Amino acid sequence: MTALAETAVAPARRGSWTLWAGIVLVGIHVLVALLTLVWTPYDPTALVGHRLEGPSLLHWAGTDRLGRDFFTAIMIGSRIALIVGIGAVAIGAAIGVTLGVLAAFATRLLDDALAAAFDILIAFPTLLIAMLVVAATEASLGSSILALGIALSAVIARLTRIVAKRVLTLDFITAARTAGASWPSIVIEHILPNIWPTLAVNFALQFGIAVIAEASLSYLGLGAPPPNSSWGYLLQAAQGTVYTAPIAAFAPGIALVSLVIGVNLLADGLRDIADPTRRGVV
Amino acid sequence: MVLFALLRLLPGDPANALLGVGATDAQIAAARAQVGSDQPLLVQFTDFVGKLARFDLGTSFVSNTPVLPEIGNRLSVTLPLTIFGFLLAIVIAVPLGIVSAVKVRTWYGATISVVSQLGIAIPVFWLGILLVTAFAVNLHIFPSGGFPLQGWADFGQAATSLVLPVVTIALVIAASLLRYVRSATQDVIGSDYLRTARALGSGYVAALLRHGLRNGAVPVISILGIELATSFLGAVVIEKVYALPGLGSMLLLAISQRDYPDVQGVLFVSTLLVLLIGFAADLVQRLIDPRLRGQVHTA
Repeated sequence: MTALAETAVAPARRGSWTLWAGIVLVGIHVLVALLTLVWTPYDPTALVGHRLEGPSLLHWAGTDRLGRDFFTAIMIGSRIALIVGIGAVAIGAAIGVTLGVLAAFATRLLDDALAAAFDILIAFPTLLIAMLVVAATEASLGSSILALGIALSAVIARLTRIVAKRVLTLDFITAARTAGASWPSIVIEHILPNIWPTLAVNFALQFGIAVIAEASLSYLGLGAPPPNSSWGYLLQAAQGTVYTAPIAAFAPGIALVSLVIGVNLLADGLRDIADPTRRGVV
Repeated sequence: MVLFALLRLLPGDPANALLGVGATDAQIAAARAQVGSDQPLLVQFTDFVGKLARFDLGTSFVSNTPVLPEIGNRLSVTLPLTIFGFLLAIVIAVPLGIVSAVKVRTWYGATISVVSQLGIAIPVFWLGILLVTAFAVNLHIFPSGGFPLQGWADFGQAATSLVLPVVTIALVIAASLLRYVRSATQDVIGSDYLRTARALGSGYVAALLRHGLRNGAVPVISILGIELATSFLGAVVIEKVYALPGLGSMLLLAISQRDYPDVQGVLFVSTLLVLLIGFAADLVQRLIDPRLRGQVHTA
């Protein structure tokens, strides 16, 4: 029994520190991203030093193979990553939540068809779907975001369908129906407020997945060309110079990982707030 | 069909990819006739489905070699890469996941959790670059990339060039797998049947192994299926990091060259493999859990 009592206490403590650590990490990236809108240490396109300089007081992360300030590029990477994450999740949520709610309300046949479609799409990695969509358009920040949004929408749709169906079986929905509420009003007034906490946690996780996937696309050469280039592009360029300038292969990666861990911790913290009974469940 | 539609959406005619910038109109028309892109879409589509049914994946627009043998070649790199990476991941993740669930309140239990948290946040390609830096650039133990031209005929060389890629894939899969193993184990620990077994005088470890393993394995196996499929299709990134001539790099090249037969072939074969993996995972689950037998599968 003592073990049970302890597990009941532990998640609350854990929840609070994960939430705060998440807020701090994500907050730093948000601040840096906002800062780059008005100020960067150097002009991101200007050649301000020698080629492949090591870290110094003038250039905190050294310079790239053309002599541009590398720390500036990493700072701008924060902005790109946040745009990608927010944009992709927004698109994925718009498509996914709509389809998911639709499936939950639909007739048996349509519901089964949609559920099967979600499952098939989910079987393919986000990155592969995004690769094909990017190839069908052209490599730009917009097309990457669109591609990732589409790829994420299947996961979001499936989750939405499951949680919405669960809510639909509850008594207050029956009551609302009996009272003559139309189904759009049931969705807006009863379904969405009830499934929102679960979805919000999932959106945070999808944000991290989108940022990693965009970096991978850029790494493969299918991402946005400079000056919108992300950490993935920086790492791809750095791999070629890893013998002479190892720092360039580390710094963007650390920035990326810190942002993804930040949103994951934030998601963990939010989940503990949204549902105190759930602990350590992935 | 989705495959076909998506491919036709790719801008640019494949005939243009075949020829240089200075090609004349007559040459372009001839090339279009050769690859069939001058035919109406419906004709192209029926042709495509008919050949697919006979496992005829056509010939590459660009290199003019048959697609299927080329895929076979590429698979001889990608299959060992994913399968060994996957097995290594299981070997790492299952014991560590169980330990971290049982010993939640010890320092090593907590360390495992933190490291796995880190592991799911690291992009595959960065981990690859880090491993190359450590083991190839600094320690010179393994090659930094590439694969012998003779393939598996040069067994030693081929095997050593796959070591780092396999480790990279394994670590990435292990990090996410570990979380599932841990939560499955936590469910087992909290279960009534385990308490009953303990009350009947069974030792903790014995009860966990005898009753827990089978129960905990069911949800983990469905995740295993997804992870294997993902790592197989996701090999494209690893193959780029280590410059391996696998299925993923074939796809990447084919996409950039608008080589439809190659893209179609790779996607067709991967889809087939992914479906097979899903089917196998389903089957294993039924073997382990009698409750799933005779029940209609709903995902």
